[in-house]
Amino acid sequence: MAETFELTGEIAHDQGATMPQMNPEFVSEQLIWLVLTFTFLYVMMSRVALPRISAALEERQDKIADDLDKAAEFKREAEEALAGYEQSLAGARARAHTIISTSREKVKAETDDMRTQSEAKLAEHMESAEARIRETRDTAMTHVSDVASQTTAVLFEKLTGQRVDAAAAKAAVDAAFSQN
Amino acid sequence: MHQFEIMPIIPIQIGNIDASFTNSSLWMVIAIGLITLFTTVSMRGRALVPGRMQSLAEMSYEFVANMVRDNVGSEGMRYFPLVFTIFMFVLFSNMLGMIPGSFTVTSHIVITFAMAFIIFLGVTVIGFMTHGLGFLRFFVPSGIPKALVPLLVVIEVISYMTRPVSLSVRLFANMLAGHTMLKVFAGFVVMMGLWGVIPLVFMVALTGLELLVAFLQAYVFAILTCIYLNDAIHMH
Repeated sequence: MAETFELTGEIAHDQGATMPQMNPEFVSEQLIWLVLTFTFLYVMMSRVALPRISAALEERQDKIADDLDKAAEFKREAEEALAGYEQSLAGARARAHTIISTSREKVKAETDDMRTQSEAKLAEHMESAEARIRETRDTAMTHVSDVASQTTAVLFEKLTGQRVDAAAAKAAVDAAFSQN
Repeated sequence: MHQFEIMPIIPIQIGNIDASFTNSSLWMVIAIGLITLFTTVSMRGRALVPGRMQSLAEMSYEFVANMVRDNVGSEGMRYFPLVFTIFMFVLFSNMLGMIPGSFTVTSHIVITFAMAFIIFLGVTVIGFMTHGLGFLRFFVPSGIPKALVPLLVVIEVISYMTRPVSLSVRLFANMLAGHTMLKVFAGFVVMMGLWGVIPLVFMVALTGLELLVAFLQAYVFAILTCIYLNDAIHMH
């Protein structure tokens, strides 16, 4: 309750007195200190604080612009690398194609070569074999005529008891062969 | 009212002039000390990615810089440090006045009128320096009948002359009214006993409102300075 009394007392006092704002007693004090503090603040702001802040802001702006430039540069480099990679990939693919086709041709040529060689060899073998067969047959044929003339001579001797000349028997056999 | 009373702390006398260090001076010194700390210490690291205080300092810089640029244009950036100082001084004085038991420097018409009058004088000088005597055309509205010119010139001159009054009274009256209202409600809280809870709730809301007013009046003071500067530099 003490506070209530004090407060009402103060209100009564306020009504009686003028507002402190209208009191001419403290004008010079306020003005002098306003000039002093305001001037000090102005000097501090314009000489120290504001240049510092604007420098920091500018620095950040520069840094951001710089980073953006760098990012664009990196992007360009990445794109270049990608283009290079794609180019080399295409080159490698083309080279692989040529390697495949040349090796295929080479293999084909080799197999063709081998085939013709082996065919030639085979033909040669066949020919020589045929020649051998013909020779064997010929010799066999001559032997057949010898055996026939000898047989003829022996048969003639057995049947007639007369000996016959070997050459005559041979001539007769040859004649008989040639008649057939 | 006790809260607006000025009390000398250290009596200083220079010749015939009383320059005592009063509670008003104390809170001015506290305000400029805090502003200086706020704008310099927070920027000490000058970090690329700002911390909390640095962000605040940079935000206030850009807030005022944009205000000057939008209202006066790039020519007005010469006066940016002045507008910044005015804004911060008024803002911190208003805000510090919200601390219970403190003193609100800007609740005295002597202070606000001195600032408004200096701004008025400075702006007028800038006007004459930029346009020479052509600045007088500022008081002659264009596109009106010849007969009305004398009347309108009188009106324009009067409205120009009342600028420092309206500028200073607006700030002073807002601070005075806000604090008085808080005091009246505080009186109700004490007088109404248990029912004092109701005005107490109002007081909480009013304190929030007063914080807004403290910021808003600093903003209005600074932006009107910008508008006056713009008139002086660009006429209309």
